[in-house]
Amino acid sequence: MQSVHSICLMCSVRCPIQVMVDNDNVKLIEGNPHDPGIKGSICPKGAAGVCLLNDQERLKKPLIRTGPRGSGQWREATWDEALDYVATKLKEIKEKYGAHSIAYTERSQLNSHISKTFMRALGSPNYFSHDSCCKGSLNTAFRSLTGYTDSSVSVDLAKAKHIILFGRNYFESIELKMVKQLTSALENGTKLTYIDPRVTVTATKADKFLMIRPGTDLALSYALMHVIINEELYDKDYVKRWVLGFEELKQFVGKYTPQWAEEQTGIPAKEIISLARQASAAKPAVIFHYGYRSAHYTNEVYVRRALIMLNALMGSIEAPGGIFFKKNAKDFGKKPLNKLTDQQLPDIKVPRCDGAGTAKLPTPDPAHGVVQMLPQVILSEDPYPVKGLIVWRHDPMLSIPDYENNKRAFEKLDLLVTIDIQFSETAWYSDVVLPESIYLERGDSIQENSGLKPSLYIRKPAVTPRYDTKPGWEIIKKLADRLDIGHYFPYQTLEDLWNYQLQGTGLTLDDFAGKGFVTLADEPLYWNREDGIQFKTPSGKIEFVSSLLEENGYPSFPEYETVQPPAEGHFRLLIGRSIAHTHVSTQNNPLLNELMPENLLWINTKKAEKLGIKNGQTVQISSSRGRDTIKAHVTDLIHPEAVFMVHGFGRRVKALTRCYNKGASDTLLQENISDMIGGSPALQHVHVKVQAI
Amino acid sequence: MSAYAIFQDESRCISCRSCQVQCKINKGLSVGPKPNQIIEVGPVDRNGRPKANFVFLSCFHCADPWCVPACPNKAIQKRDIDGVIFINQNRCAGCKSCIMACPWSAPQWDGQKGKAVKCDLCLERIDAGLKPACVTACPTNALTFGPADNVPETKRIRFAREVVSGQDMH
Repeated sequence: MQSVHSICLMCSVRCPIQVMVDNDNVKLIEGNPHDPGIKGSICPKGAAGVCLLNDQERLKKPLIRTGPRGSGQWREATWDEALDYVATKLKEIKEKYGAHSIAYTERSQLNSHISKTFMRALGSPNYFSHDSCCKGSLNTAFRSLTGYTDSSVSVDLAKAKHIILFGRNYFESIELKMVKQLTSALENGTKLTYIDPRVTVTATKADKFLMIRPGTDLALSYALMHVIINEELYDKDYVKRWVLGFEELKQFVGKYTPQWAEEQTGIPAKEIISLARQASAAKPAVIFHYGYRSAHYTNEVYVRRALIMLNALMGSIEAPGGIFFKKNAKDFGKKPLNKLTDQQLPDIKVPRCDGAGTAKLPTPDPAHGVVQMLPQVILSEDPYPVKGLIVWRHDPMLSIPDYENNKRAFEKLDLLVTIDIQFSETAWYSDVVLPESIYLERGDSIQENSGLKPSLYIRKPAVTPRYDTKPGWEIIKKLADRLDIGHYFPYQTLEDLWNYQLQGTGLTLDDFAGKGFVTLADEPLYWNREDGIQFKTPSGKIEFVSSLLEENGYPSFPEYETVQPPAEGHFRLLIGRSIAHTHVSTQNNPLLNELMPENLLWINTKKAEKLGIKNGQTVQISSSRGRDTIKAHVTDLIHPEAVFMVHGFGRRVKALTRCYNKGASDTLLQENISDMIGGSPALQHVHVKVQAI
Repeated sequence: MSAYAIFQDESRCISCRSCQVQCKINKGLSVGPKPNQIIEVGPVDRNGRPKANFVFLSCFHCADPWCVPACPNKAIQKRDIDGVIFINQNRCAGCKSCIMACPWSAPQWDGQKGKAVKCDLCLERIDAGLKPACVTACPTNALTFGPADNVPETKRIRFAREVVSGQDMH
């Protein structure tokens, strides 16, 4: 038995793993025992990677569509044939409509510098990541306050004295290192307050659980700020030194009393006052968690801003036990890894098709784009036609709200190409499907893992590919060669790619031998809280009054708009994750499917009684966009105004036999409505009707 | 009882079921048999807080096991040196007698191979100085493995802390 140190990809966290290999087959996957934050542990998804490797339902050969879109009629092709086909079509589109008519979307990944280079070299501004659908508004909130994106920030759970989670369901959306830190912190006496319209596993571990009316988080935050300012519970020195616009906030929250918030949120005023006082007693080692997935409501950017502002009031930004800015190689005087995007690439004058970075959507991050705008852009051809779409390890059909509309839009494309490891819904509607080797069969670009102690990790192939598949970085390179932009991809092999990244850093591949990672720092680095925090806002401060927002005509503190309850027989549709599955990608994995074969509709006991719905009964759920069926989970553990389901079920691709037609699709029910300031879709905006059938 | 035990600290358990999946992978099992399993009870309201129990259930490795004599083929055996009860897969005829005999469903049916399978504390691993696969996998260190006469003090320490902090409040 041989062990290979690598990086997991059963979800996007990228935990370091040790893969046990025997005779070119994977026997077991454990966490990398050399990593002190992991020590051999693994989550169920990581463990089940072994089943993915040998899954007969993976994509095995390049496919070219022969029947109508979505008919499942394909012919197998050689790589040369499939890539020639794609390149020819892309050239046709480029000649007829211009390079900007080609768009590209992926889930951000280790090879994103390759994807971005491909699009720049091709001459199109329309690179998208899935980020807006996950946390675009959080990104904008952080940039508006600190100048940094959310990906530059993390939380110091291990040293925190009080952690307040607004629906951040740490124990079910598992991330190994954070879960370990949080479990140990709780063991050592850290207080946990959990706020959610639903009882989750995280709620069962909390010292205090507060069931909040869905959609009213901003009201709670305003009231918390009211108490904190009114009772002078904030960190005065910190606020004076680092906050711009405190007086304006003080004026603004004056009317948002705990009694007012009780009516809005259903949380008793005395609990709000008590939480504000308890949090303050722990400051600055207190975390008001700003959230992860931040695509719930149309006021999302303000919900996230309020949470970050609460931390600023506590003085917890860049404090041990609070929120910190991730440090990278440069902060330790070292050269960062080279990226392909460091090259001299063509300038692109055409604006983005989604309007990100233009007057239409001035504040969302143009580096990621606002991908849920894509269906409307394709359908309306406004501002210009988008005729080609390349998709790499992303399933926009299921990630962008309103499934039927997405289908209509993709139907209109001249070319839809998907690079993936199994049939996504998007792959199923594609013209060409290019099968990628899975993470156990391939290496990828080296990971630069920023943090208090930055480090480099490496994904190495553990076994040879099972089928006629290739790594994505090779697929893109081969496509680039055919489009006469191959010279921007100066590598032939994986080792070439790694050596390109490492050039000038003083490190070689040998430095990764033995452990699979390289640590760039011995001690954690916090900036000096009195004088050294390097905020990147124009003022160099935390901008409560935000130049980013105000200069674009948006208020820094919007008045609260009361959330109206749904009509009789209707509910707000909440969505979330389960510990067994990653987004839309693992529902067909045999052992994960066994853990959770379908999603259920959580519905409050009293509401279910009124509607004559019994536990386990199949019900119909419908919205303005579509309808589906799902089994009811009748429970007291959810707010009566809401129903809940796990994302990613109700699949329509027959090739995935284990999850085909199991449970209901949230995407089918959601309306494609966005927080236009933050950039996220409001995935929980929709009201649904639930009926016994 | 065997000389060893797997202890579960329920307060650390988050019911992620890594233990269940990793055990199956390590034993080459597909959908169906679960040599170990987390059973969820609750959540229920306890003093205004929602609390759940996540109970790790596997084989107890009984001192006087009913499965061993039930096996007509001497496939289930108790190891002399440490009392670990294991199935010699080569001898298992698939009669399911052990499954019928065990009051706790510890032996499970592996339909793919047509044999019974059960927790053997990962004999090969523990003989090599490793921990059972489920224990190493556990993300929160809720599972610990060791000699049965060396019960972890975690719960006792926690209880003592609770008593003391309770006194502080009065």
